[in-house]
Amino acid sequence: MAPGRALRGTGVKSPVGYAADARLRWTEGLPWLAAVAAFFLLPDHLSFGARVLTYILFALSLDLILGYAGILTLGHSAFFGVGAYAAGILAAKLGLTDPVLLLAVAAGAAGVLGIATGAVILRTRGLAQLMLTLAIAAVCFEIANKATPLTGGADGLSGVRITPIFGLFRFDLFGRTAYLWCLLLLFGVWWLVRRLICSPFGATLTGIRENPDRMHAIGAPVYRRLVMVYTLSAMIAGVAGALLTQTNQFVGLNVLGFEPSGELMVMLILGGVGRLYGAFVGPLIYLTAQDVLAKQFPEYWYLGIGLMLVLVVLFARGGLLGIADGLVARVRRRAWA
Amino acid sequence: MGVTLETRGLCKSFGALTVADHIDFRLEAGVRHALIGPNGAGKTTFVNMLTGRIAPSSGQVLLGGEDVTRLSQAARVRRGLGRTFQINTLFRGMSVLDNVALGVAEHRGVAGRPWWPASAYADVRREAMALLATFGLEEDAQPRVVDLPYGKQRLVEIAVALGLEPKVLLLDEPASGVPSLESERILLALERLPRDIAILIIEHDMDLVFRFAQRITVLVQGEVLCEGTPAEIAADPRVRQVYLGERRG
Amino acid sequence: MEAAASSLVSIAFHGVAYGMILYVISVGLSVTMGLMGFTNLAHGVFAMAGGYILTSSISRFGLGFPLALGFAFVLVATASVVLERCLYSRLYAASELEQVLFTIGLIFMAVAIAQLIFGTLQQPVLLPDALRGQFRLLGREFPAYRVFLIVGSGAIVAALWFGVERTRWGAMVRAAVDNRVMAQSIGINTKRLFALTFALGSGLAGLGGALGAEIIAVQPTYPFEHLVYFLTVVAIGGLGSLRGPFVAALFIGVTDTACKYWLPQFGAFFIYIATIAILLWRPAGLFGVRA
Repeated sequence: MAPGRALRGTGVKSPVGYAADARLRWTEGLPWLAAVAAFFLLPDHLSFGARVLTYILFALSLDLILGYAGILTLGHSAFFGVGAYAAGILAAKLGLTDPVLLLAVAAGAAGVLGIATGAVILRTRGLAQLMLTLAIAAVCFEIANKATPLTGGADGLSGVRITPIFGLFRFDLFGRTAYLWCLLLLFGVWWLVRRLICSPFGATLTGIRENPDRMHAIGAPVYRRLVMVYTLSAMIAGVAGALLTQTNQFVGLNVLGFEPSGELMVMLILGGVGRLYGAFVGPLIYLTAQDVLAKQFPEYWYLGIGLMLVLVVLFARGGLLGIADGLVARVRRRAWA
Repeated sequence: MGVTLETRGLCKSFGALTVADHIDFRLEAGVRHALIGPNGAGKTTFVNMLTGRIAPSSGQVLLGGEDVTRLSQAARVRRGLGRTFQINTLFRGMSVLDNVALGVAEHRGVAGRPWWPASAYADVRREAMALLATFGLEEDAQPRVVDLPYGKQRLVEIAVALGLEPKVLLLDEPASGVPSLESERILLALERLPRDIAILIIEHDMDLVFRFAQRITVLVQGEVLCEGTPAEIAADPRVRQVYLGERRG
Repeated sequence: MEAAASSLVSIAFHGVAYGMILYVISVGLSVTMGLMGFTNLAHGVFAMAGGYILTSSISRFGLGFPLALGFAFVLVATASVVLERCLYSRLYAASELEQVLFTIGLIFMAVAIAQLIFGTLQQPVLLPDALRGQFRLLGREFPAYRVFLIVGSGAIVAALWFGVERTRWGAMVRAAVDNRVMAQSIGINTKRLFALTFALGSGLAGLGGALGAEIIAVQPTYPFEHLVYFLTVVAIGGLGSLRGPFVAALFIGVTDTACKYWLPQFGAFFIYIATIAILLWRPAGLFGVRA
């Protein structure tokens, strides 16, 4: 039996597991082609594009713990915000403006918060765990809100200057550098995450999500693995936050709190949880729709989002990619019939 | 014959309800031992205490002579204790192969590796396939485990436990819920289990118990009623009384 | 010294009033989460609805205060039954993630609808004359409205506790919270029980939102802003318990008031830290029925 035959009965070729084909499929090159094409074809929208790429990175971090490890959290914005503020404070208050350094520090700070909180909350489950994620995010929000000398409080942190990347590429007004910088980082993180998901560790995560009891019964160090993936996810979210700071050269208080966590979950559910590329599709569709619609009809926007969430949960749990899969499967069945 | 699994004075109470009352139990190496008793006798609770899923109120559990009472499930598994569950607790959405491979990978210590694809670990896959082959399940490696008939799922359950190369194997009602045609297959699989593993089987199917077991312990209301060879147990009048209406010759 | 004691009393008083309202709103959440195992983040929507019904009925339809309160309770309870039968009940068996997402979706919708109908500003509450002004007690002056809150909530709480302890319905709820499968097998019609209990819990939330409309501002962002507090009351108090959330709500009410008064630069910081500490110490809540 050679690895790589599609799992019968699901219509989905998943690269996870010991029987799977982990080689890159040609379809996986499409997002990158599209992103590069957008750079040339849509030069007026590159700032927006950078924002989409940042949120894709953020969504990827959430998918890692929510879709793959099965950790339910409402406070993921804490890591995003910590990364954003770390970069912002370093640049605006301490004059450290090298973008690579800022990303590294942001990842480190978010990672420290991730491992500290993860070690503690991953011992709990259910409502207690959910509450703790909310409470931790709320604490971060309060600190950012009140520590005005450091964070600018409710007005946000401005005066963030970023020096050229590698000394060569200046952040320009049109967002070209920002776009390519975000794309580069997204590519790097995506590659790492994909490797992780296809690896034995990734198979473990799926096992933990499906049946944690069983994982204990086969001798897996469940808690340790959850803390590890939680910390990694926090670091990626921190990098995303720092990218946002670099792109906007500003840190607003709205990177923290319930709203970004909630919005991110909507984006991920829209695209499809646990599918790696749901994190690509969701933010793109959501942010594009928001850009077009929300400005015209802001109240109806939230109504529409809420309605969409309700409908997705009731009728389309796999998100857009799930619907796409279903259509593909149906077309295939008809082709054989 | 060494003693591989032992309990001393194992007790468990939930409030006023005592489910285990000073259970002294010995499982010897290579022996096929059965634990029987009427419903509610506390058999599954006993197994859960053996594996570490619940903590006893008092008493000790010894594995290979070592006191493991304080150790977690995973720690006991690493010391050679395997189990199957009464109700299927497989990874439903994953393929049969993956179900077994997860355990094999843990045992080999490669399950935490984050870089190379899982499918590149050919030896893990080979070993998992070999295990499935011993149960006649090679053809069923690809589909999701939830798509298999229930009897085959029970076999996968046992295969997963074997992937951990246990020295002691606890089988919690391996034939439960399986139609009688398929339970023969399970019995054959049990008989083919490696001889050096000590096996404790909990079962209601007396046919299976008397064919399979070398020693039998009878548990009633959390207490050991009696213990002995199948012939001794069958002849014991107290056992007959407990199993009124279920006499086996 | 005199001033310190005076402010202590004042804080305790305001804190208790706030805590009582928090309890009236959150107790329904505790019971339904414990009973149905359903993570309902949208509970605050019912409280908000109650607040809007009260303010609208008084200012637009000229209803009297007591009538408006009753209206809030009845309308919200009825609406919640419809919601429960049509939507919530489909998701009882769903995963926690799906329940969370669904209820977040409901919050978004409710917030948008509230904004569309009522606008973004806080609703003004026109209290009846009897409740404006001060109330003399033990040589001190207390705001009459807050006294009414404490007394009114106390009465509601007493009625609720009596109902759960003494009535048949209460016994069924307690049984089903303890062991749903068992309760079903002894013939308790869980569907009807859920609907009734959900209605009561949501109705209480509406009533609490209406009663507390002056201290918890009625505006479209209500369910988001106070979500953490309602959930905290339940999480610390313990799912499915009645007394636990009472203690938790009073604790939060008093502590929040004290912190905002003495340490306004820290805001709600200490409440969250306290929540984290308590949950780590007792994940099932102080009086948790289900772990």
